[in-house]
Amino acid sequence: MAVMSYLEAIRETLRQEMRHDERIIIYGEDVGVRGGVFRVTEGLQKEFGEDRVIDSPLAEAAIVGTAIGAAVNGLRPVPEIQFADFIFPAINQIVQEAARIRYRSNGAFGVPLVIRAPFGGGVHGALYHSQSVEAFFAHVPGLKVVIPSTPYDAKGLLAAAIQDEDPVLYFEHKAAYRSIKGEVPDERYLIPIGKADLKRTGKDVSIITYGLMVNYALKAAETLEKEGISVEILDLRSIRPLDVEMILETAKRTGKVLIVHEDNLTGGIGGEVSALIAEHALFHLDAPIMRLAGPDVPAMPYSPPLEHAFMVTSDKITEAARKLAKF
Amino acid sequence: MAEVVLMPQLGESVTEGTIGQWLKKVGDTVEKYESLLEVTTDKVNAEVPAPIGGTVSKILAEEGQTVAVGTPICEITASGESSADTAPAAAPAAAKSASAPAAAPSEMAQQPVPETAGSKDLRGRYSPAVRRLAEENHINPDAVTGTGAQGRVTRDDILRAAAAKPLETAQPVSTEPVTRPAPVPPGPPSAPVSAPAAAAAVIDADDEVVPLSSVRKVIADRMMRSKATVPHAWLMMEVDVTSLVALRESLKEEFKAREGVSLTYMPFMLRAVVQALKAVPEMNAQWNGDSIVLKKHVNIGMATATDRGLIVPVIKDADQKNIVGLAKASQDLVKRARSGRLTMDDLTGGTFTVDNTGAIGTVLTYPIINAPEVGIVTMEAIVKRPVVIQDMVAIRSMMNVCISFDHRVVDGAEAGKFIQVIKQNLESIGPSTSLY
Repeated sequence: MAVMSYLEAIRETLRQEMRHDERIIIYGEDVGVRGGVFRVTEGLQKEFGEDRVIDSPLAEAAIVGTAIGAAVNGLRPVPEIQFADFIFPAINQIVQEAARIRYRSNGAFGVPLVIRAPFGGGVHGALYHSQSVEAFFAHVPGLKVVIPSTPYDAKGLLAAAIQDEDPVLYFEHKAAYRSIKGEVPDERYLIPIGKADLKRTGKDVSIITYGLMVNYALKAAETLEKEGISVEILDLRSIRPLDVEMILETAKRTGKVLIVHEDNLTGGIGGEVSALIAEHALFHLDAPIMRLAGPDVPAMPYSPPLEHAFMVTSDKITEAARKLAKF
Repeated sequence: MAEVVLMPQLGESVTEGTIGQWLKKVGDTVEKYESLLEVTTDKVNAEVPAPIGGTVSKILAEEGQTVAVGTPICEITASGESSADTAPAAAPAAAKSASAPAAAPSEMAQQPVPETAGSKDLRGRYSPAVRRLAEENHINPDAVTGTGAQGRVTRDDILRAAAAKPLETAQPVSTEPVTRPAPVPPGPPSAPVSAPAAAAAVIDADDEVVPLSSVRKVIADRMMRSKATVPHAWLMMEVDVTSLVALRESLKEEFKAREGVSLTYMPFMLRAVVQALKAVPEMNAQWNGDSIVLKKHVNIGMATATDRGLIVPVIKDADQKNIVGLAKASQDLVKRARSGRLTMDDLTGGTFTVDNTGAIGTVLTYPIINAPEVGIVTMEAIVKRPVVIQDMVAIRSMMNVCISFDHRVVDGAEAGKFIQVIKQNLESIGPSTSLY
């Protein structure tokens, strides 16, 4: 067992799985010689060679399109989109092809593809290097969308995504890469996709969130505990499929739900979680379901004060949860 | 700069008011002192006048919402200022009042304010969880002290109340959602003593469900509280009003011509009640928990049916008025009650209540006391009946007088004496009785 950063956990999982399964290839902009702009794939080309760790042209539609073809023909491609912001040229391949091939072929073909992409703001990335894009894909049947919050989950979920027979989008928060550290077992393990994780039990308020925000929510919970407010935290881990059972369980337990995400409010996954609770747990609710999310503005600003104002922070979560607890 | 209109205090000890009806909508112009809205506090809709003339720019409290005194309920933009408000801010407000430096929150499009952020009073508004748990545990949430925001009764408040309830058949409630099997009590299932929950209405498909008006809610609440907290006792006495009927018949034309109002039986009854209250001051009193408050003023409420429901305007210092004064005061109040023009002053301060139930033809009623008053008397329909007088049968005009009284304050002896004074007073009226 070693303490690893979130980024190291991803790299070591790629290495471990590639050693185990020759069908796995990595494909993307600067992932080979340079080891990726964030160094996630550093050293992998050296170990596995240019045939398995491939520097691609600057063309996201081609990256995903060829990966789909490779996947259908028996490989396990794990392409990287350098920034989630750049995924949109590939959206036709992802939504129209990858997501639908199993359905269209009546189950004859699957697309065992994992698209990794760093996302999220708070790193002075401004408009084109800060976006949260998960809600676009969570809308699409046929896709799975995974967003780990810890190094441990990053490993188990990435391994599960690679072994999945269908396409998985695996989003990694840039601010988590080096700031979040934790113990990661050496041996291989899987975390099933679609299972949420109860990070903390409490009785006053449930915070339902995912990714980096889980860490901020945990900090908020500690602050609130000193005030006598007991907070439960559910880490969704995957936003498609959602773990409906655990969402409803925590909502029923506390009767007060705060949903948190950095992605902007309108059309975000918070709306879906909120609807599930309203549909199935109405008579357990003791307060209106509350959402805390990025504002509905076109993009992350570059100006540091404005970027800070955009970001969901631990303080903002604390304040929202406190208000809900006191309702 | 918009003028913020606050919920006024419509009577002493009044802490909140319910928005009855908005008479103006956003965008309507309003004159100074023109009625803006109706507020229900007691048993009436009192109208709230506009403090300034201008345009209603915001309505902050909806109809049916109950808000604390002092809560902002609407905003009025003063006449001639609306253009200044929306004009580009290039010219600093040099011309305008220096008294309001803070910019008014403008009409910028905003996300709706989440319900948790509201500042309205939340007592009486229950979440689904509270309703369900209250029902499962046979708890009346009205009776639970709310510890949430703005006095809201929270789920935990109900769970605590349930846990505190002795001899409850329901299993101890934890914060876990309980899915309980049918309880298997050892021995025969004993019926625990608990506050009875109101029987739910059975609604069939073709039934019509009419929401309660605010006046209806107030009446329901008052009646419930009086019947549930005041031990009512009841007496009835027959009164021979033959002479009173004769006196009224002989005077009514002339009275109407001279005084401008009709001569009814009500002022005679009021005067009889005043004298009875003087004779039995314990009836002009209020129950105060560990003491009895003897009221010095004699203010008699008259239960009055209106198309909005029952209201009780009060004749102040009824002991200082003669028959003519009582006739004018009572008819003025009834007229204004039916046209919705009573003031709060007309509706507060009552010390005793008279109910002319006979007007609808009854000969016997069991009225509910207008708590915290001690008693309420009714005057029943005057009917001609054969009665025995000095061993002879005679046809007399008879009227029953019924009284409900708070048995904590007085016993049957005092109530009986009280009603006896009324009887003697009414029966002593003769052709020479003065109306002045």
